[in-house]
Amino acid sequence: MNRRIPINLDVGGKPEGASAGSFAARDAVATSSGEIDRKIYVSEDIYKQELQQVFKRSWLYIGHESQIPKPGDFVLSRMGDESVILTRDAQGVVHVFLNSCRHRGMKVCRYDEGNARNFVCPYHGWTFKTSGELMLVPGYEEGYKAAPFDKAEWGLVEVAQIAHLRGTVWATWDATAPSFRDYMGDMYFSMDLALQPWNGGDDEIELLGSPQKWVIPSNWKIVAENFAGDMAHAVSHASVDKVGIGANNKDGLTEGRRDDPGELALTTTPQGHGLLYGISPKGQEPRDYAISPPTAAYFLENWRERQKLQGEKGRLTPVVGTVFPNMSFHGQQPRTILVSHPNGPNHTEMWRVYFVDKKAPPEVKAFLRRYYTRYSGPAGMTEQDDMENWNYATASCKGSVAEDYPFNYKAGLNVAGTHPLVPGTVTQHPITSEQNVRSLYQRWAEMMDARSWADLHPTGSDVAAAAVGGGKQ
Amino acid sequence: MSGHDKSAYRDLVRDVEDFLYLEADLLDERRYKEWLELLSEDIRYRIPLRKNMKYADSHLDISGDNDMSWMDDDRDTLIKRVKQIMTGIHWAEEPQSRVSHLVTNVRITNPAEALAGGADILVSSRVLVHRNRLEGETDYFIGRRNDIVRRNGDGFLLAGRTVILDQATLLAKNLTIFI
Repeated sequence: MNRRIPINLDVGGKPEGASAGSFAARDAVATSSGEIDRKIYVSEDIYKQELQQVFKRSWLYIGHESQIPKPGDFVLSRMGDESVILTRDAQGVVHVFLNSCRHRGMKVCRYDEGNARNFVCPYHGWTFKTSGELMLVPGYEEGYKAAPFDKAEWGLVEVAQIAHLRGTVWATWDATAPSFRDYMGDMYFSMDLALQPWNGGDDEIELLGSPQKWVIPSNWKIVAENFAGDMAHAVSHASVDKVGIGANNKDGLTEGRRDDPGELALTTTPQGHGLLYGISPKGQEPRDYAISPPTAAYFLENWRERQKLQGEKGRLTPVVGTVFPNMSFHGQQPRTILVSHPNGPNHTEMWRVYFVDKKAPPEVKAFLRRYYTRYSGPAGMTEQDDMENWNYATASCKGSVAEDYPFNYKAGLNVAGTHPLVPGTVTQHPITSEQNVRSLYQRWAEMMDARSWADLHPTGSDVAAAAVGGGKQ
Repeated sequence: MSGHDKSAYRDLVRDVEDFLYLEADLLDERRYKEWLELLSEDIRYRIPLRKNMKYADSHLDISGDNDMSWMDDDRDTLIKRVKQIMTGIHWAEEPQSRVSHLVTNVRITNPAEALAGGADILVSSRVLVHRNRLEGETDYFIGRRNDIVRRNGDGFLLAGRTVILDQATLLAKNLTIFI
């Protein structure tokens, strides 16, 4: 229904063929030796290329269906640099539209959330149904009498594909992108686990409230890599660990940041996704959230149900991870999704939402709101220190001398294996391995250089081996 | 309000202002222990989110009690935030920011109860908080405070604070300071 302008990938004048853009990402990202050129974090040209090559072709997280329960409900979201509308039309169908009038481009929706019968552009009044169709052009009969145009061709620009996973909504602008299931690969299992209710069943989860949105002076990739599996940054959080904001309660004192997730395992997939798993010891019941007795009781009851339902799999906790390119999540404590939207090479707009079982008692929800708020977000006692480091790591890449020296991603090179419970390429020793991060950058480089999805490996089967060794050069 | 009441109101506002200025100075001079001593045991310190809403829904543009916030602290967690700064390894405040709180537009919103000797005085004010750190980092936090100022002997305690910032998307990278 919507006419799509062909994607022009030529941003710098290099002859077509060698690379889709002006810059060959594989030259800047040497995952086999664990060295990455700093210019990928600050270059305007590379940023423009990654909006085209990465963000316009990837599956991106949009929102959650609990945000739009009724026909006409909408929330704003982002896809790369663009504003999009997530809405449920009069028939109950979920859509994702570019938030831009087809006439002069004004945003047709400037409210963070609400309910609408139509989206009316405030500039010249072009009016679109919540299903995207252009239903009214003021003065159409008179103004276009001699040369009418087909309104069916001029509806809101809609994403090419949409997918749902446990209420979360994902979309891509690229009709040739693989299915969401294939795009996720082994991460599908992990994401499903992270989004499950605490009892591991099929009850609904919902947002604890409105998204936190804030802008940080960092490149979005520094954020994505941190959550993909950077296990060496404990020093960033030394202050909060010393003070203790944990949800457990030993001898009347809260400890650390979060409860002990058990044995740790990093895992990554050739699609560039990565996460950290906790594997709890067999038969040992968690004491999580002991600081809030109603929460601890609710958690334990649901944990027991989950063990019955899932057996061995019930021992797995997805602690923290990143779905390529920019959707990061915590699976349990806190349980949250952060999307790091690119606002230019040097700025990122952070959108963080928090989840809870819909059926959880109000006092559990109230406790979790407060616990999550002191953990994450701009006032989060954990996240604050991350953002300070990301800020000045990004800034360093502009240094006239520093730019000549690549970043070092060599931890755990050539060490990777498998685990009977954990899907994907697994590293446990050293747990500080940067394998997941190398995998993310390898996928980034592949997408930056590939002219189309046909040049990529939708299921990634033949790059899996390369990822273990550190990737191709 | 009779002449006598007007005069009593002005005196009370002046006393409350003095308390708020003292509190601002304690924060800006990093006298955190003294600041914590001004807080009641049951204080709730909250910075709700703001949202862009339709005119008809504009009463919903401040996130409510059953919604998320930027900050939602009690006395224990405020103490933890102070302790985090005092570790000397809280990188987001290391080295520490330079902060000025400008407090203005102070009004008592329950004057009848307050003048009748009620314990809790409801105080509305505006703040402009300037933060500068390291070389070029500068942020302004501007908004309204709705405070509960509680009589305590000859002085006051801060028993509640809601800071309603004039930003929906926070334009600062963090909120490491108390507004």
